[in-house]
Amino acid sequence: MKYKDYYAILGVARDASAEDIKKAYRKLAQKYHPDVTKDPKGEEKFKEIAEAWQTLKNADKRKAYDELGTHAPGESFQPPPDWERHFRERQGDGAASSFSFEDLDLGDLFESLRGGSRAGARSRASMQIPGEDFEATVHLRLEDAYSGTQVDLNLEMPEIDAEGRLRHARKTIKARIPKGATDGMRLRLRGQGGKGLNGAPNGDLYLNVALQPHALFRTSGHDLYLDLPLAPWEAALGATVEVPTLSGAVNLKVPPNTAAGRKLRLGGKGLPKPSGGEGDLYAIVQIVNPAAASERERALFKDLAQSSSFDPRAHFTGERSHG
Amino acid sequence: MADENEAVWLEAHVRVTLVELSRCSGFPEATLRELLEYGAIAPGEGETFPGDCVGRLRRAARLGEDLELEVPAVALVLRFLERIESLEAEVRRLHAQVPAPRR
Repeated sequence: MKYKDYYAILGVARDASAEDIKKAYRKLAQKYHPDVTKDPKGEEKFKEIAEAWQTLKNADKRKAYDELGTHAPGESFQPPPDWERHFRERQGDGAASSFSFEDLDLGDLFESLRGGSRAGARSRASMQIPGEDFEATVHLRLEDAYSGTQVDLNLEMPEIDAEGRLRHARKTIKARIPKGATDGMRLRLRGQGGKGLNGAPNGDLYLNVALQPHALFRTSGHDLYLDLPLAPWEAALGATVEVPTLSGAVNLKVPPNTAAGRKLRLGGKGLPKPSGGEGDLYAIVQIVNPAAASERERALFKDLAQSSSFDPRAHFTGERSHG
Repeated sequence: MADENEAVWLEAHVRVTLVELSRCSGFPEATLRELLEYGAIAPGEGETFPGDCVGRLRRAARLGEDLELEVPAVALVLRFLERIESLEAEVRRLHAQVPAPRR
């Protein structure tokens, strides 16, 4: 078993009072709680902090932890002989058999040494315990959100091994994500969380959807936005242009005299909604000049400039534009 | 939200009963009723709740448990989470309309 220095994790002295330990935990928890922090390492840090707190806040567990002695963090060590049996006896859970500590996690060990009121290792064998809920964030490609997909999730989950030891292990589980997803949505997969023990119901799996940025489309709810670059003459004269959608390219009619910034709507070409129907696709017009105009193009633009009385900045001076 | 192994998108159209909300969030029904009194969750017809409050309640339940918050503080957390979610949706809506820089 590898040693963890719970006092160092909370940043308190080994003889710190219960009140100081509580204060230290609260301060760190507010900073690193995964539901609050933007720190990508927050979840990992909070897990350490919570594990240290769960052990040190309980006077019996703290005493048992102190009896393990001081070691360097990460150093392999063996608890003193009969350490676990003595601890379980004090808890009134006397029947526990001693088991090997060899590859056990210190946090899992203390979690299994429940604080009296909750089920001990022995009663776990027959009690009905509902499975745990799992929650994870999935980063989906827009195309996969559109058509529905299956994802592999690598989740850390608790299990009881053959020796009756509680341990956390990473497992890969598959989850099917139906159509209907967009950024920020949550999916509940009933019964696909942890296994219930002794006939109790399984937990649920909750998935938070985050969409990966797409090269062409931006999303707002189930609507999609696409930049539609047009040549000046396409915008002026009107044109039929091919635009991509998630279900393949379609022809879009651009009306004459289309201004930059105008939104052309393609109904039902957005993402499918869970409640039925689809969002829309909006093509936002941009007017783009040739990157390097040829002599001929420049000549034609000069002609146009001379024949047009159009003043796009008329409103700067309060005069009316000829449009 | 009936069948076992059912996948449900937790959005406003989906209606969730108080009993189900308690199972989803881990809050006892009595606590949910208290949150209801504070106006932190709002029922629709027949005391059912919009599905999108499930995610917020789960976050608030984790924060409440890990930071040892009293129910009024949890109610406040729920209000802020709802506000953050609607601001995030607004940011996404505005961001979607901004043209991407040309390459």
